[in-house]
Amino acid sequence: MGEASGKMNNYDVVIVGAGPAGLAASIEAAGAGARVLLIDENNKPGGQLFKQIHKFFGSREHKAGTRGINIGTELLDDTEKLNIEVMLNTEVCGLTPDKKIWIIENKEISREITAGKIIIATGAYENSVQFDGWELPGVMGAGAAQTMINLNRVLPGHKVLMLGSGNVGVIVSYQLMQAGAEVAAIVEAAPTLGGYGVHTAKVARAGVPFYTSHTIKRAHGKNRVERVEIVQLDSNWKEIEGTEKIFDADTICLAVGLTPMVELIWLAGCKFTFIGSMGGYVPVHDRYMRTTVDGIYVAGDVAGIEEASTAMEEGRLAGISVAYDLNLIDDAQAEKRIEEIWTKLDSLRCGQFGEKRKTAKDRILEEGEGMILCHA
Amino acid sequence: MTRIKDHPILGKDTREEIVTITFDGKEITALKGEMIASALIANGVHSFRYTEKHNKPRGIYCGIGRCTDCVMIVDGIPNVRTCVTEVKDGMKVETQYGRGEWKNE
Ligand SMILES: Cc1cc2nc3c(=O)[nH]c(=O)nc-3n(C[C@H](O)[C@H](O)[C@H](O)COP(=O)(O)OP(=O)(O)OC[C@H]3O[C@@H](n4cnc5c(N)ncnc54)[C@H](O)[C@@H]3O)c2cc1C
Ligand code: FES
Repeated sequence: MGEASGKMNNYDVVIVGAGPAGLAASIEAAGAGARVLLIDENNKPGGQLFKQIHKFFGSREHKAGTRGINIGTELLDDTEKLNIEVMLNTEVCGLTPDKKIWIIENKEISREITAGKIIIATGAYENSVQFDGWELPGVMGAGAAQTMINLNRVLPGHKVLMLGSGNVGVIVSYQLMQAGAEVAAIVEAAPTLGGYGVHTAKVARAGVPFYTSHTIKRAHGKNRVERVEIVQLDSNWKEIEGTEKIFDADTICLAVGLTPMVELIWLAGCKFTFIGSMGGYVPVHDRYMRTTVDGIYVAGDVAGIEEASTAMEEGRLAGISVAYDLNLIDDAQAEKRIEEIWTKLDSLRCGQFGEKRKTAKDRILEEGEGMILCHA
Repeated sequence: MTRIKDHPILGKDTREEIVTITFDGKEITALKGEMIASALIANGVHSFRYTEKHNKPRGIYCGIGRCTDCVMIVDGIPNVRTCVTEVKDGMKVETQYGRGEWKNE
């Protein structure tokens, strides 16, 4: 993978974010012959993928049974083969609708580059919730704990209480145990569990107790979490007095959802719509991942929170659309690939949890269709 | 010990090269290429800064550079996100109080 020369200032396509979405987009666009620059503020590409050491779901062609880390390695091999320019340790601080991009390299050099097309694939950040003692060291996002154990290889704590039983909650709980920590309990405010059955069953088999209709009341501790008090909730989400339970724990992980990192998309002037189940404000886009601003595309979590497999497929869509809009591939070629990918996306967005995401995505697309003019 | 030396899926940690940094004047060892935050946690440090209004300790929250909960004074520069900043040999890391201050030598 070539290091940025620091000299070139103009690219056919600039992709912000080298997570699964950005990587997949770069492979499609560069594969079609576009001059692509991929930018990430981390010192390594991969986004959240290299901390996902679990096996993925879906059909075999979706790499079900393959671990996120291995999918990441495959994507990196492809970017290398295509000689895609990757600029790491580089933050995108701003961009304009006419596609000027302000970057800071290595926290030192500030400069401006321009792009024909921009794909924004900046991912998401973890939500938090507040309770007494929430600011104590030891309270952290579940993804932060995952980053610590699987990327940095340090245990942030030895005894963990997890809030949230969705996929991230159960996956990270299991990974904490693999890393040598104890999980005291998984606490879920809703009356039912939220994650895929396979992941939930694994943690349950390991003996971790689940508390549905419960939430954290307070965290105790002087300079760090020492104990956690949980409480039962009634059907109106009100705390039921007298149902408190106390656990010894030095870490509280919050797996309470993600919010798309849309700042750059706001700056670009794109239209948004609010969809709670997709993480809040999401950029309106069409089935080609085009936003309402000509030449600006989105893909992955930033276009609505889902998972790595859908992020990759959306990245591919964006990459192909860009190649098409740059006249690098013809109508028939583009439409064939786009159809193939949509078939995959539809099969990823089915089942108990996927169906909800499909309905939400359809809402975004519906708005997009009305607003985004087809390119001549 | 909080370093995960062996892992059922990731295997053995093969990183060996060590650098020395100081935390509030005390020397601690870190692995070359790791982030300041992970080096501190591996050394049992969990309070990175004290909040401005209530003077309460804080540690990491997001671990990926998004929330600024983990900021400290690094080589005299305040508000450095330690979860996304690599250690360097001889680096001076200090607890930040409130908004911190520039410490030019
Ligand atoms: C900490 C964390 C852990 C997760 N763990 C799981 C899990 O175990 N299982 C699961 O199904 N889902 C998980 N998710 C959901 C996850 O977001 C998706 O699975 C997938 O990684 C999304 O891919 P993406 O390419 O859209 O975003 P990401 O993988 O987040 O990639 C976005 C990239 O953009 C870069 N970036 C952002 N802004 C800028 C900027 N201004 N300048 C330069 N670079 C920038 C980031 O550094 C990052 O590398 C996790 C999410 C987070 C935040
Ligand atoms: S912990 Fe959030 S920025 Fe470092």
